[in-house]
Amino acid sequence: MLKTLSRPFVPKSSGDFARLGVLLALAGLILFGALRYDNFISPFNILSFLRYNSMFALIALGMAFVIITGGIDLSVGGVAAMASVVAAYLSPYGWFPGLAGGMIAGLIAGSINGLIITRMRIQPFIATLAMMLAAYGTALLLANNQSVSVSYDTGFTTIGQDDFLGFPIPAWIAALAYVLGWIFLERHPAGRHVLAIGDGEATANLMGLKVEKTLFAVYALSGLLAGLAGVILASQFGAGQPTEGVGWELFAIASVVVGGTLLTGGSGSVGATLAGALLLAMVFNILNFENGLGWISLSAYWQSVIRGAFLLVVVVLQARLMKKTEA
Amino acid sequence: MLLSMQDISKAFSGVAALRSASLEIAAGEVMALVGQNGAGKSTLIKILTGAYQRDSGTIRFEDEDVAFATPGASQARGIATIYQEINLAPQRSVAENIYLSREPKTGLGLLDRRAMRDGAAAVLKTFNLDIDVDMPVGHFSAATRQMIAIARAVTQKARLVIMDEPTSSLDEREVGILFETIRTLKNNGVAVLFIGHRLDELYEICDRVTIMRDGQTVAHSAMADMPKMELVRNMLGKELAAFQAIARDSGDDAAKPVRLSVDNAGSGVRVRDVSVTVREGEISGLAGLLGSGRTETARIIFGVDKLEKGSIRIDGKARSYGEPADAIADGIGLVSEDRKIDGIIPDMSIRENMTLALLPKLKKAGIVDRARQQEIVTRYIKALGVKCASPDQPIKELSGGNQQKVLLARWLCTDPRILIIDEPTRGIDIGAKAEILKLLRSLADEGLSVLMISSELEELLAAADRVTVLSDGKSVAVLKRDELSETALLSAMAHQVN
Repeated sequence: MLKTLSRPFVPKSSGDFARLGVLLALAGLILFGALRYDNFISPFNILSFLRYNSMFALIALGMAFVIITGGIDLSVGGVAAMASVVAAYLSPYGWFPGLAGGMIAGLIAGSINGLIITRMRIQPFIATLAMMLAAYGTALLLANNQSVSVSYDTGFTTIGQDDFLGFPIPAWIAALAYVLGWIFLERHPAGRHVLAIGDGEATANLMGLKVEKTLFAVYALSGLLAGLAGVILASQFGAGQPTEGVGWELFAIASVVVGGTLLTGGSGSVGATLAGALLLAMVFNILNFENGLGWISLSAYWQSVIRGAFLLVVVVLQARLMKKTEA
Repeated sequence: MLLSMQDISKAFSGVAALRSASLEIAAGEVMALVGQNGAGKSTLIKILTGAYQRDSGTIRFEDEDVAFATPGASQARGIATIYQEINLAPQRSVAENIYLSREPKTGLGLLDRRAMRDGAAAVLKTFNLDIDVDMPVGHFSAATRQMIAIARAVTQKARLVIMDEPTSSLDEREVGILFETIRTLKNNGVAVLFIGHRLDELYEICDRVTIMRDGQTVAHSAMADMPKMELVRNMLGKELAAFQAIARDSGDDAAKPVRLSVDNAGSGVRVRDVSVTVREGEISGLAGLLGSGRTETARIIFGVDKLEKGSIRIDGKARSYGEPADAIADGIGLVSEDRKIDGIIPDMSIRENMTLALLPKLKKAGIVDRARQQEIVTRYIKALGVKCASPDQPIKELSGGNQQKVLLARWLCTDPRILIIDEPTRGIDIGAKAEILKLLRSLADEGLSVLMISSELEELLAAADRVTVLSDGKSVAVLKRDELSETALLSAMAHQVN
């Protein structure tokens, strides 16, 4: 799925350098972890890393498309929480109703975002902020302010907890989504239109592209993927979680930005977004191991501070790289 | 008739942009569409292509009534447009830009990238353009981007190609190539709607002409039956007295005190040894070919770039500004070359755009004194004849000439001693050009010192009291009013180029 990065590296835009940067940073962190901690490269660590972080990778993928158009989707955390509750309620009726219900809930929320943004011409920041509040509210209302246990009898928990061919099912789902996302963005005309629209909506319109339809689809997709992440959340932890998802949108935005996608839109890469998501998750993983060594003990709050600082360093370095390549 | 537009009307915020305008084009014909800025040419085209919707009127294309809801719809029907601001996606590759919205696809519905690349390279080759079609369009010069836009239209197999000032960013050789392409299109039965200001080009390439004025079509005829003077008269609606000399004789040259004197200035590689003087109440021209250091000289005077060598004196006192704010405080104004990039703020109102430089002085108890702002804005809109619905209209809705007037007013209301104006009439039609030049003249008569940078010879000949010619970063000649002629200017400019 990182094909876009593995072809001979001929930098054509400043974004390419940022994308190279995130890969180097990821490789560096993995090397650091492997050398420093005994069980870092163990199957257990790798598999649980993939199982847990697949949710974040999925919402980062949706966010990448949104940001490439020059927009933003702040509602993904709330939508995932809402979808997890919906999926939990439907799980007694079978794994499929649970899965489909959560995804449809996400799709509906995303579609509403898309309609408000394209039809009513409301700024994405405002529209999706409102959706974030509405989705959390809906989740809490549906769940009566508690977590909602899922059914363990219908196979619903398989989605988040079991393996297939030795890899966690969530990782397969994320991998499939990224492969499709990569093909779509790099090889499908509509994907190229997403990029062109981010380059300038007025121009894209004059070139005959269907700007409104494309924007609508992008927000609907982001909602759908957030819904899918919510299903995995409920399935993995055995409960719909109306209070989860806080800050997920920031993780997703950070992954996309670290992956070299400009917030101004018009450029971006699916592969580098995945690398960005893995990079941020890896920092967390390494901090856990560092705690495990017992020399220092970092609370979750400190970990958050360190992750924030790391993100800042990466972004500043990228900005410098880009300036250099532009000069 | 391939296209017939009749009785088209359109109004924006209550101001009529088109009043029963009409346009007819036959297949295989090159139709010129001319008119001053604000005459309604762009609006008419945007209505045809579906970028705007008409208020009334009929459009028939290939003998069918049409009403395109979007530019995509008109493109699909065979109408391709190359807009004045070249509309391409800068971060996407050349090949993608050529094929966006009509990409060749493989059996799976995915992009056929090889077909795109080969097709793009092939069509560009017919323009003698050999570039890497995988590079983002933003990497190329304006001229190349223009050719790419035209290539895009050509590949659309359009029945009608609309070209909005296609030659404005092309050099002579490229114009030749463009005209070859237009002739090819014509031979294939494709019609071209050619919007332009340069009369010689119109007479060279166009078969017929439609003339617009004040939102109406005032004349159409075969190009051969329309003498130049007649065409210009139709455009302006009055006898053309525009480009008679409006400079005064500078017999009393030495009598006027020198306001600005730049001596042997140097900065970077672009400005190496420039000397210019501007006396009180005169328009001093600064001429030279592209890249001769004209704009850069202005930047040094204005404090944008640092003076490294030589001196700048204002009223005899040595000055070297660290930043434009210091220059402004000292009574210098700069109207820059590119209105879109560093001049106007498109979404802000005329009022706000006009008083931007004045805001610091408009404060009363820390907030903007709205009453005084209003008074100043009203005064200048009237004095300069800015055509607008109200001071609160967004400036982007004005024509180029009116935008330029607002920018001019921005500096005039700061009451400057010296006004530097870079290409004062770029992208403005002949009528508005004369108006702007007359305005500068009357300002000079009131004592303002104007340094006018221009690449248009007629403009310098008509308005400048004296012209300094730059070549390769050096001032190579100073021509006084009585020495000024087209030949004199040209030979001075060519001086060090060969």
